[in-house]
Amino acid sequence: MAVPEGLTMTATTPAHTPAPAGKIPVTVLTGYLGAGKTTLLNRILSEPHGKKYAVIVNEFGEIGIDNDLVVGADEEIFEMNNGCICCTVRGDLIRIIENLMKRKGRFDAIIVETTGLADPAPVAQTFFVDQDVQDKARLDAVVTVADAKWLAARLKDAPEAKNQIAFADVILLNKTDLVTPAELREVEARIRGINPYATLHKTQKCAVPLDAVLGRGAFDLERILEIEPAFLEKDDHDHHHDHDDHECGPGCSHGHHDHSHDHAHHHHGGLKHYHDEHIQSVSISHDGDVDPEKFMPWINDLVQKEGPSILRSKGILAFLKEPKRFVFQGVHMILDGDLQRDWKNDEKRVSRIVFIGRDLDAEALRAGFLACAA
Amino acid sequence: MSNAQIQTLTDRVTTLAFDQHVLKAGFFGEQPFFVLADGAIHLGREKPALRPHDDAILVVAADQSRVVTGGDDGKVIETQPDGTTHILGDEKGRWIDAVTLGPDGSVAWSVGKTVRARDGKGKIRDLTVPSTPQGLGFAPKGYRLAIAHIDGATAWFPNMDAAPEKFDWKGPHLDITFSPDNRFLVTSMQENQLHGWRLSDKGHMRMSGYPGKTRSFAWSYDGLWLATSGAEAAIVWPFAKDGPTGKAPRECGIRPARVSQVAFHPKALVLAIGYEDGWVILVRFTDAAELLVRAGGDGTPITALAWDKDGKRLAFGSESGGGGLLTLPV
Repeated sequence: MAVPEGLTMTATTPAHTPAPAGKIPVTVLTGYLGAGKTTLLNRILSEPHGKKYAVIVNEFGEIGIDNDLVVGADEEIFEMNNGCICCTVRGDLIRIIENLMKRKGRFDAIIVETTGLADPAPVAQTFFVDQDVQDKARLDAVVTVADAKWLAARLKDAPEAKNQIAFADVILLNKTDLVTPAELREVEARIRGINPYATLHKTQKCAVPLDAVLGRGAFDLERILEIEPAFLEKDDHDHHHDHDDHECGPGCSHGHHDHSHDHAHHHHGGLKHYHDEHIQSVSISHDGDVDPEKFMPWINDLVQKEGPSILRSKGILAFLKEPKRFVFQGVHMILDGDLQRDWKNDEKRVSRIVFIGRDLDAEALRAGFLACAA
Repeated sequence: MSNAQIQTLTDRVTTLAFDQHVLKAGFFGEQPFFVLADGAIHLGREKPALRPHDDAILVVAADQSRVVTGGDDGKVIETQPDGTTHILGDEKGRWIDAVTLGPDGSVAWSVGKTVRARDGKGKIRDLTVPSTPQGLGFAPKGYRLAIAHIDGATAWFPNMDAAPEKFDWKGPHLDITFSPDNRFLVTSMQENQLHGWRLSDKGHMRMSGYPGKTRSFAWSYDGLWLATSGAEAAIVWPFAKDGPTGKAPRECGIRPARVSQVAFHPKALVLAIGYEDGWVILVRFTDAAELLVRAGGDGTPITALAWDKDGKRLAFGSESGGGGLLTLPV
């Protein structure tokens, strides 16, 4: 059975154009102030890759960038008037990309550097909401540079820093030379407590191979599995999110869990198992098919209601009597989904979804998803 | 529209090739001009192209006697029919976001949240608006500039000290135009609709139902019709009497491709329509006859479309640099 007629992902989903071929890839660089975004940017630009980049920087930042095509942007965020309360986009980005696209053959890719305080969501949503942008460009990945020495402190006092970690497809844990191995493991565990799914690279001076940050296809439905081979592995220990990591005062009476699992986990590999106070990831899997007639209304309704607190979502689903895998991903209320390749004969039909968000009700999500089982 | 019914004018089209995105086409008298995104201005085919900017041209406005361009070099430059150029403004490398032309040699442009109006004598006045303007348009009478921005529009008399007048409507507004009779102000919006205000009482008009954004407007010569892009036909709203409220628009040139450019004939109710698949047709309002001007070319969107002053010739250009000149049979 195909996806039932009329059950497109949501009313807020723009028409999905499946062929990204020929679209200019856009990499979004985020990171809290001083983490090393400009270092990474200059590294990308100075490598002998033979590619030409258009770089969009925030005009209030220090511009020390040596590139042919640098555009200053004012990060003007506006709310779409489409009944979607968290659907904000970058108006300046729409305008700049529209203008850049008129320059035939002048560049191969676009890099957007955001201010340290920026929320990555409006940038990402711009690529799903504005059709003119969507026709010409595709979001490749959100790359977040984090400062190994200061990130832990920023996660406590700067919600922006936490958002940037939660939102990332690729995280560069930078300036590792400034911390001890124990401190490094600590901050890595903190990151994993927020976002276990991003690819993490530990770096000094943002030294990574360029293919670790560019050409990721992180928003490409066909590549969700390539990037996260462990995505479908059964891994259900991360759904209890009632553990706090705050500094407890004397009056604090909640149960304290040391919670240092040592089991081998694909991402966490022996790290201390933190759960962030506000931002969590929830992954739910069902060993079998789900009914699209139940799942589609549920997920649409969920993101309509909980969209503001759901930062990112992804899922690979076995739909009842459907030989192809249904893959979706989302940013807040915006969902993008499609049937992809066939399930292989030796492949177990497992349906799995993950959410990264703020104060998610893991049990309600679990119950809602499992009720969609076929 | 089926090909069997359509009359063709394709044998009266001179094909041109520019190899770069055509931002605007137009005429200085008999002489056609084409402005390209890579920075070239072609004034007549025999002469080499002018390149008044250091690099790309971002925005352009033109009338019968001048082309004014805003470049990514931050400069606003006027080019005259004989090829002489004057720098009207220099924003120190910041991108020029919008430019428009007004009466008596006036011009306005915007950069970030700053709007500058320059009158025919060269006096420049500035206005700062709360959000970056997307579109600018002068009123048909008087030295009055309308500015489209987030959550509405602002109308400003640059040479008067009175506070600018606000026209509120929530949401991001893109391009803006006054009706030729100076009774209505119309904007296109990010959310695929138009919004309008009656200037007399700020009464609202909402014109919706577009599948895409409207990025091209054209008023008929008698000022009674506003043609718009953004749908699989040119949507033409009636502005006689009280405007389009409660009235259905005309849909001209329905095709399986979205309209990207519209241009009304300067003397007759004939609309030139350019499509995203590179087609150009003419539609005559009196009998709904359709005349084919270009059957696709290289298949990229028509990005520039303009009649000459007498309506004898039509110039067009496309995203990939295709172009042409239609000369109507006399």
